[in-house]
Amino acid sequence: MSLAAAQARRDFAIALRSRSEAAQPLAFFVLAALLFALAGPDAELRGAIAPGVVWTLALFAVTLSMEGLFRQDVEDGALEQMLLHARPLFSAVLGKLFAHWCLTGLPLALLGPFVALALQAPPAVAPALALSLLLGTPTLTLIGAIAAALTASLRRGSLLAALIALPLFVPTLIFGVSAGLAPAAGQEATPPLLMLAALLAAAATGAPFAVGAALRVSQEH
Amino acid sequence: MTLWTGTPADLQARYAAGVRGYNACPVASLHPKPVLRIRGLACSTGYRLLFQGVDATLGPGAALELTGANGSGKTTLLRCVAGLFKQDAGTVCVGGAAQAFYLGHKSGMNPLLTPLENLRWQLALEGRTAAARECAEALRAFGLGDQRHEPCGRLSAGQQRRGALARLLLSEASLWLLDEPLNALDAEGQRFVYTLIGKRRESGGAVICATHGGLELPGAQRLELPA
Repeated sequence: MSLAAAQARRDFAIALRSRSEAAQPLAFFVLAALLFALAGPDAELRGAIAPGVVWTLALFAVTLSMEGLFRQDVEDGALEQMLLHARPLFSAVLGKLFAHWCLTGLPLALLGPFVALALQAPPAVAPALALSLLLGTPTLTLIGAIAAALTASLRRGSLLAALIALPLFVPTLIFGVSAGLAPAAGQEATPPLLMLAALLAAAATGAPFAVGAALRVSQEH
Repeated sequence: MTLWTGTPADLQARYAAGVRGYNACPVASLHPKPVLRIRGLACSTGYRLLFQGVDATLGPGAALELTGANGSGKTTLLRCVAGLFKQDAGTVCVGGAAQAFYLGHKSGMNPLLTPLENLRWQLALEGRTAAARECAEALRAFGLGDQRHEPCGRLSAGQQRRGALARLLLSEASLWLLDEPLNALDAEGQRFVYTLIGKRRESGGAVICATHGGLELPGAQRLELPA
């Protein structure tokens, strides 16, 4: 079994045994959308901005989930073992991020269209929104992991990680929302989706190395 | 602060006798293939200098006991040798094809996973696909045969330490860096760790242990870090 697969399998096993913690970002996503539906504007306007709301909430949910990405590994010393022995570290990081995306980003992408429909979005929006979330949430995970890695050894690093990551999420957010809004405006969703795919390709190529380097820096002091 | 370690008896005798000018002794002639060579190592945390000028050479079969008061930098020195801490000055060279295995205060065992799962993951990190039976044997040797399927979070501190130390049985590294390895272990566990360290040294490996005393490995040199 490759290192990435072994790492992903380990993280799946841990998530399976701490289901409540793994479900928290999803619960936040659904509850925040519900609050928005209760407190938001009239149905027509709510439907018109639903893709933006879904994307913003997904972004916050991913940011929240990043807090726990390396926390336990730092506490129990597994991160030290990973930094010392993982050959290559890139592979272990990739496996870890893949597992994290499967546990947070993928469910968000699957739930997102239903939340948008619940917010009175036109049904035509759902496929493009789902696709944009499928392409965009891995990018959020990859970029967010760099910030989480940089602050891994700080006691209250989650807020700092969010401050580092949120500006970097902006391009993904813009193209994701554009793709979600396009069908309702009678436009083609393909260009923003292609941009999301390009962002994902760039992030997938560079982020695992950056995360590895950031983890080393965070542990060296 | 200079320390020479190695198997040649005269090397130890000369060091123990405090022979001056020993620093100038060519290392290569004493240890053609040193497992570890440290030169002028200095580390600090924040604005506090922990130690400086640490020299050490460990040949095959050598052992070094690091002693010193709390906060003197024993763990930092081990982490620095392992590559987990960036030194302010000096060089650390792990020789040839030798690999370092580091076991710190933290066990590296996730509390939600079983000792068996943790052990298999640690081996997978090195690209080794140890069979479950091999890992189970290592755990059984450390007295965790019946607990190998229990989540580590439910085990006692001593049992968790045993689970982490079981990794030693499967280690192929030539250099072991052990931070207070006997912590939380009972007498039987301590004897077993002694035996493993002895076997590793016999097979040409080298060991550095941070300790508060009481370890007393046979033929080991001591380096006391100033408080």
